[in-house]
Amino acid sequence: MNAPDRLAALQGMGDSRLRKEDARFIQGKGNYVDDIKMPGMLHMDIVRSPYAHARIKGIDKSEALKVPGVIAVLTADDLKPFKLHWMPTLAGDVAAVLADEKVHFQMQEVAVVIAEDRYAAADGVEAVQVEYEELPVVIDPYAALAPDAPVLREDLAGKTSGAHGPREHHNHIFTWDAGDSAAADTAFEQAEVTVAEHIFYPRVHPCPLETCGCVASFDPVRGELTTYITSQAPHVVRTVVSLLSGIPESKVRIVSPDIGGGFGNKVGIYPGYVCAIAASIVLGKPVKWIEDRIENISSTAFARDYHMDGELAATKDGKITGLRVNVVADHGAFDACADPTKFPAGLFHICSGSYDIPAAYARVKGVYTNKAPGGVAYRCSFRVTEAVYLIERMVDVLAQKLGMDKAEIREKNFVRKEQFPYHSAFGFEYDSGDYHTALKKVLDAVDYPALRAEQAAKRADPDCPTLMGIGLVTFTEVVGAGPSKMCDILGVGMFDSCEIRVHPTGSAIARMGTITQGQGHQTTYAQIIATELGIPSEVIQVEEGDTSTAPYGLGTYGSRSTPVAGAAIALASRKIHAKARKIAAHLLEVGENDLDWEIDRFQVKGEPARHKTMKDISWAAYNNVPAGLEPGLEAVHYYDPPNFTFPFGIYLCVVDIDRATGETKVRRFYALDDCGTRINPMIIEGQIHGGLTEGFAVAMGQQMPFDAQGNLLGNTLMDYYLPTAVETPKWETDFTVTPSPHHPIGAKGVAESPHVGSIPTFTSAVVDAFAHLGVTEMTMPHTSWRVWQQLKRSGVAL
Amino acid sequence: MAKKLISVKVNGRTHEEAVEPRTLLVHFLREKLSLTGAHIGCETSHCGACTVDIDGRSVKGCTHLAVQCDGSEVLTVEGLAQGSVLHAVQEGFYKEHGLQCGFCTPGMLVRAYRFLLDTPNPTEEEIRAGLSGNLCRCTGYQNIVKAVQYAAAKLQQTAKEAA
Repeated sequence: MNAPDRLAALQGMGDSRLRKEDARFIQGKGNYVDDIKMPGMLHMDIVRSPYAHARIKGIDKSEALKVPGVIAVLTADDLKPFKLHWMPTLAGDVAAVLADEKVHFQMQEVAVVIAEDRYAAADGVEAVQVEYEELPVVIDPYAALAPDAPVLREDLAGKTSGAHGPREHHNHIFTWDAGDSAAADTAFEQAEVTVAEHIFYPRVHPCPLETCGCVASFDPVRGELTTYITSQAPHVVRTVVSLLSGIPESKVRIVSPDIGGGFGNKVGIYPGYVCAIAASIVLGKPVKWIEDRIENISSTAFARDYHMDGELAATKDGKITGLRVNVVADHGAFDACADPTKFPAGLFHICSGSYDIPAAYARVKGVYTNKAPGGVAYRCSFRVTEAVYLIERMVDVLAQKLGMDKAEIREKNFVRKEQFPYHSAFGFEYDSGDYHTALKKVLDAVDYPALRAEQAAKRADPDCPTLMGIGLVTFTEVVGAGPSKMCDILGVGMFDSCEIRVHPTGSAIARMGTITQGQGHQTTYAQIIATELGIPSEVIQVEEGDTSTAPYGLGTYGSRSTPVAGAAIALASRKIHAKARKIAAHLLEVGENDLDWEIDRFQVKGEPARHKTMKDISWAAYNNVPAGLEPGLEAVHYYDPPNFTFPFGIYLCVVDIDRATGETKVRRFYALDDCGTRINPMIIEGQIHGGLTEGFAVAMGQQMPFDAQGNLLGNTLMDYYLPTAVETPKWETDFTVTPSPHHPIGAKGVAESPHVGSIPTFTSAVVDAFAHLGVTEMTMPHTSWRVWQQLKRSGVAL
Repeated sequence: MAKKLISVKVNGRTHEEAVEPRTLLVHFLREKLSLTGAHIGCETSHCGACTVDIDGRSVKGCTHLAVQCDGSEVLTVEGLAQGSVLHAVQEGFYKEHGLQCGFCTPGMLVRAYRFLLDTPNPTEEEIRAGLSGNLCRCTGYQNIVKAVQYAAAKLQQTAKEAA
């Protein structure tokens, strides 16, 4: 084969290779957690609280234990002897495994029933009698901080400091800040123009199509625990389970099988997992627990719920000189955010965005309320969605105040290409970017001036049945957590890992510390190895998720797989490559420096006919290595990133709002993403389509409304909005490529950008439709009802 | 609970089983017959991950009782391929990247199979409406539409060649 054919045969980086994982999924042969059956397996179901805040006066199991098929009922009192009734959270707090004396949110876990099948378990749940005494409920985080607010966490009585510093109130968790408060204040004192806006980012739920669950199996003879679990971070789960149970980590095996979507919902460790494991240890049998949808939306990790006050200071001609942000964050009943330990508000301080803002200060106050715990990154890095929403909304507000175009003000404030690596006022070092080029590409592609002219004409026509809005967002994300000097979870640095073994016949297996949930790792990771080592993707197996075989890694969330594990793959490959060169030199009887690497082989400089392919070298690695070199061809690499990566994007959206109904139609959505080096364009585009659709769902329909008693008014898919193919807009995608200079292959991560970037774009478009009427902010979701109310308020409803 | 004997033909094979009357079809398929392709995503017939084909109609297995299928013919995702030859809808989803996590895929495929039998030459709008009982959280549907278009073209081509 000639060189181009050999290169194509590798299906390496840049190839839109079809997915290796599809064969099993399209034939119904996936292996999700609920597909797992074990001999003698029992089923667990959970008794949950109907009240958001109540004291438990008594639990009567007797009727439940009479139900045919019911084996056991466990409550907090049963877990107490094992000290398993409370568990540590990833955020330095504790959370009840089963409610201990009182419940803190509706649908909190109160007891578990273990039975021979899932129907008997459900019957048992119905038969458990719990007596409650209702307590006053706190739903609003501002009300939670009132001096006379009810004490929610009695277990923390007297604790004046928490994991993140002093607590100033009995419902206060932490106050975290970043930036330079004095410098920001000075910028505001000296500002020619200032704007302020209250921006509420409502509570939403990641809602993957597969709910959470596990099958725990303790072998009392061997003392070994195996748990199949829907986890985005199986190695971390193993460490936590070992710490909680006292079983040596070497005897705990956690397996993440195929996962039906995660989106941040499957990072945390939930009471159901702990109870199933405890039940398996107590009963000596495998125990399966699978959430239903109502349980999933009601009790496992939510996202957002950020009440943000933003302020910008600027010159009269629109140069931003200062940013101040104050946030009240509703964390629910327990602080169970999944953030790096040192960052209780995640990476919210990316909120200076793509703009060169000289002075900035942000402060986030975490608060307890009677809602489910969580605060996870729903398809984003930790609190980055909130940050991007804040700055992009504020820039729009400033543009409106100054009468400037929203593209022009962004262009004026962008970090310029030559400023990279750019040090933000919050202390991040942005690795690379070219925002001006990307913005121009988008504005040209959609003919932005023509859109504005059309909008002006429509605004001038009082009979026009629609309002037209144009949304523009120019976001920068921070992903790839992260450098272990800054980022850890429970003290474990947020590196990631790869082990590659090349077999004698030239095929290979790679095992990773991450776990795919639809991202296509089995396809794309192989492509990196193919390019690095000249081994065809097709013969490279990628395995993840089994802690007994894979090297330790921190898992897949926060768009960290490619930035962190992808780098580990490249560097493990390079270790093998270096050894392969030694073997090739030995086989060809030349010096290592006399060899050139070419696609899939080493060849003698100037004599391409004298070469050894990787296939030749693989065989030789097992029978003919030079003296002093170990046989075999494998490597492990643990990659501790020197920095985060900073993907960016320019999104533009056009909406038409029906003045009679408030119905908002997305006419056009143009998304340009720059994720650095592109490994598989087909998969990237698929990830972008999916993220945009999730963003559309959040902006246009998703909400978790609570009444004053703390009842969640919408926890089924009847109420919680997941768009169908009918409502979902058609997406136009585009890209630029600005590689990350510090990443071994220049890749930055992509899957979350479309979620993070699109949500403020929809809001920008909807608000823009009303901008000429003086409207500067509208709270999501932009349902027809809410938009219609705005039409009425603005006096333009038909 | 007293069990009832039912006889159901699933993917061409007849099964006689005693089931509790309350047993949901999806549990019967997944747990009795070990056909785990149909998934459970919501239990309220919104997501469609449990979609199977019963006597020529798409049905959500999570809100259908097994006893209702007594005497019926059921097709699940496991019955789509003929031996090692994939059905056109399976091939379309693979070729057009119509799936990511794969959880909705069996339901989508079984629905697309029936939809194309009913609507062999669909417009994009018809495809979107025809699949609107099946939710996907990963793909944004754009490539699912392409996958169904691919399958429609392939099925028509095959029909033409056979004629």
